[in-house]
Amino acid sequence: MQEDYHISVRDLDLFIGKQHILKNINVVIPRNKITVILGPSGCGKTTLLKSLNRLTDLYPEVKVNGNIFIDGEDILHSGRDITEIRKKMGLLAQRPYPLPMSIFNNVAFGLKMGGRNRKNLLHKRVENYLRQVNLFDEVKDRLKEPANSLSIGQQQRLCLARGLAVDPEIILADEPTSALDPISSQAIEQKFMELKSNYTIIVVTHILRQAKRIADYIVFMYLGEIIEHGPAKEVLENPKQEKTKMYLEGMFY
Amino acid sequence: MWPKKIKINFKKTEEVFFRVLTFLSTCLIILILLLLIYGIFHKGLPSLSWEMLTSTPKGGFYFGKEGGIVNAIIGSLYLSIGAVFLALIISLPVALFMNIHLKRRKKLLNTIRFFLDLLWGVPSIVYGAFGFSIMIAFGWKTSLLAGIITISMFIIPIMIRGMDEVLKTVPLGLFESTLSLGATNNNAAFGVIVKQCIPGIVTAILLSFGRAIGDAAAVLFTTGFTDRIPNSLFQPSASLPLSIFFQISSPIPEVKNRAYAAAVVLTLIILIISILSRYFTGKFKRNSIKF
Repeated sequence: MQEDYHISVRDLDLFIGKQHILKNINVVIPRNKITVILGPSGCGKTTLLKSLNRLTDLYPEVKVNGNIFIDGEDILHSGRDITEIRKKMGLLAQRPYPLPMSIFNNVAFGLKMGGRNRKNLLHKRVENYLRQVNLFDEVKDRLKEPANSLSIGQQQRLCLARGLAVDPEIILADEPTSALDPISSQAIEQKFMELKSNYTIIVVTHILRQAKRIADYIVFMYLGEIIEHGPAKEVLENPKQEKTKMYLEGMFY
Repeated sequence: MWPKKIKINFKKTEEVFFRVLTFLSTCLIILILLLLIYGIFHKGLPSLSWEMLTSTPKGGFYFGKEGGIVNAIIGSLYLSIGAVFLALIISLPVALFMNIHLKRRKKLLNTIRFFLDLLWGVPSIVYGAFGFSIMIAFGWKTSLLAGIITISMFIIPIMIRGMDEVLKTVPLGLFESTLSLGATNNNAAFGVIVKQCIPGIVTAILLSFGRAIGDAAAVLFTTGFTDRIPNSLFQPSASLPLSIFFQISSPIPEVKNRAYAAAVVLTLIILIISILSRYFTGKFKRNSIKF
């Protein structure tokens, strides 16, 4: 556990109004692995993920206490510009939210914000990121068309490409396949497996089978608490906690 | 078994009744619109001439002699375009502020919306009177500028609420996704949210443009009326609604008919602006994401 970790959450408490949503979260997330946050609906998985890139700032009623260290920097109390922190992380939402512009500009949007907008290079870069998610061949003849015209599975891959284009170190995925058909889901999962050598990937899911397929490391949450975390094999095959065991056996969802 | 049968029949009758009702109401609205347009064009088109569109009123214009209403056409365009522009640079930031920074402050947001709706309901003559009292306080004369300011005051609530209704529909997820790409609030607001909402924003602008160009009460005290085309913001100006008003109250039939011709011009201006803006926003509409 004391090996090379990327993110370390310490004593994190999160309140929405008076509700205590995340309770005393302490967890480390290893570098260049797929960490799956597993648990039934409403247990705070998504909230934990959102606090990692401080999207929780958007909600004035949310109060966060504790520390989140990313590469040793406490992002909750950092004086650094929030956009710099967010650029380190790509987010893949529950359903794809393509930007209201062309397919090309969807990927170029992040590049342009990063100041990397030299025209001839831009085209190469966009192609490169689209290739990384195996989308380029499908869309190469209609890069100027609206992202809206893609199928929902293609849109999710476009969102992944867009996220990769800002050159993050971490990929946050919030039930990234819940809106997709089985084949598109498989494409996304496969992509994660390939990407994990270069990125730290955190996937929130309530699908046990998905966790079994892709996880290197599992964090099991229940009612705002981390019940158990550890390498996937240990947690799945030999859970130490009663609640984890019950969840794995399908006693509750 | 007969009670059951009656029940089924009742359901069917109810269904048929409401279907007929919705159909008839729709027909009624379309009929009124067609009658209105027919009435205006029937009376107005014969008096509409090139001279009318291109010359200012001459000596005996208001007694049916030569001259035209170009002063009112230009004046109305100055007034409404100026007011829409002024209102836009105030309304868009307000609507964005409400939907980005205040998005989660439901109580505050609803209070603001309530007051905007109240302002929307205030008759334009009240804005006219308000504008007039301000003019007196500052010692201004009737002028284009006073009219533009007064009109923009009463279209601002319309514009903000119109934009607000569209911006409200943007899912938080789109905003979050944009921020997580490292965008600032401004990047997200103008680069993504506004782009997504362009068709709706244009509709809001059109709605307020229609109100601005068609309103007589707000300009009555503030802009006045003149036969000359204004060449500065501080001169009084004519406007189409007032031109219609003055001419239609004349007992002379030629002048009365010219009032309808002016109404035709007013209608056509609104029509042309609508079509043009729809055409130019088509591209954005194609790009907007459907949720």
